[in-house]
Amino acid sequence: MFDPTTLLNASAFMGAALAIGFGAIGAALGEGYTAGIANEALSNKPESSGDVIKNMLVGQAISESAAIFSLVVAIVLLFSRPSTVVTITSWAAIGAGLSMGLSAIGSGVGSGMPAGTACMGIVRQPGNSSKIITTMLIGSAVCQTPAIFGMVIAFLLLFIDFSHVPLYPGWAAMLGAGLATGLAAIGSGVGNGFTSGEAVSGIARQPETTTETTRVMLIGLSVGQSTAIYGFLVSLLLLFYGFEENTNLSSSMRLLGAGLSSGFGGIGPGIGLGLASAYAVRWVARRREEVGNLVRTMLVGMAVTESTAIYALIVSLLLIVVF
Amino acid sequence: MEISGPDFIKGMAFLGAGIAMGLGAIGPGVGEGFAAGKACEAIGKNPNEAGLLTRTMLVGQAVSESTGIYSLVVALLLLFVV
Repeated sequence: MFDPTTLLNASAFMGAALAIGFGAIGAALGEGYTAGIANEALSNKPESSGDVIKNMLVGQAISESAAIFSLVVAIVLLFSRPSTVVTITSWAAIGAGLSMGLSAIGSGVGSGMPAGTACMGIVRQPGNSSKIITTMLIGSAVCQTPAIFGMVIAFLLLFIDFSHVPLYPGWAAMLGAGLATGLAAIGSGVGNGFTSGEAVSGIARQPETTTETTRVMLIGLSVGQSTAIYGFLVSLLLLFYGFEENTNLSSSMRLLGAGLSSGFGGIGPGIGLGLASAYAVRWVARRREEVGNLVRTMLVGMAVTESTAIYALIVSLLLIVVF
Repeated sequence: MEISGPDFIKGMAFLGAGIAMGLGAIGPGVGEGFAAGKACEAIGKNPNEAGLLTRTMLVGQAVSESTGIYSLVVALLLLFVV
């Protein structure tokens, strides 16, 4: 239809738009939330404005990083062109934009939550500021991890030469790879945000429970990452599995379906895992002696929550490998 | 409808500009609105501190606005530069 260079220019522009369009959503939401809670904290204690505003800006900066990644990917897509250009390169460009843009949504929102509760905690217990800020930084940083997965897949799509991959069904593999990581990262980012937010406010109220609360927070955060990791694995499989040329529509659609399965399938469980560990962390801070019971119930509950993400992963693997 | 190569690129660039700015406007809109609402609530609780609270709201909203500006920049690049 069009020569590969024309197609690449058009797709790269679309990919850049998707990258920054989606990528701007999460960071702005998270930063707005942080600013709102910071103001609520200030209304209680205006004289701590210096500390609160400083903390708000630090937290907002972490949220911003996901949007910066998206801007970088968008600029690369606008102005940089690879040396070998075939038709499949265009599909890789769109996949890259989707991967980075979508994954930044969850991370931006998630990083905003501990920043907000940290501002409230600093006002309520200024003596515990250092513990509060440390926990906020740990939590926010882990919330950024799904966006980093998205950025890794975006860079693989942008900078690896895929000219050896057949166009059919390769086009669907490129698109599916972008969707799998991009969508799945949303759930993990937001879920991790809930967990970190509760951990920070719990440590603000009861600083003597810092050790247990931090430990349960870290367990919750790592289990919460699992759905983003499933999406990441499916993306890698789609990118590097050696597909034979096959011009049938079904052969392409199965790969797109594999990407959507793990992608959308990661959103709900990711948020649910985050909610489960958020409440567990909240109550570990209030009742540290019950940490055994709480963690046990949390893990059982998280395992059940994980189930649909596992089904989605199995469907993706079936579509890629068996059919 | 016969589409030429450069026309296709232009078309995708325009569509992309719309998508970039359209989606990019969602986040700052909601985030800044939440910040503004919370600021009003805070002033309601503590009217004497209206100056400080309004200032903090504007600082926070400015940071939230930044991603919207990135989207605007990419959209303008797509419209005028590439």
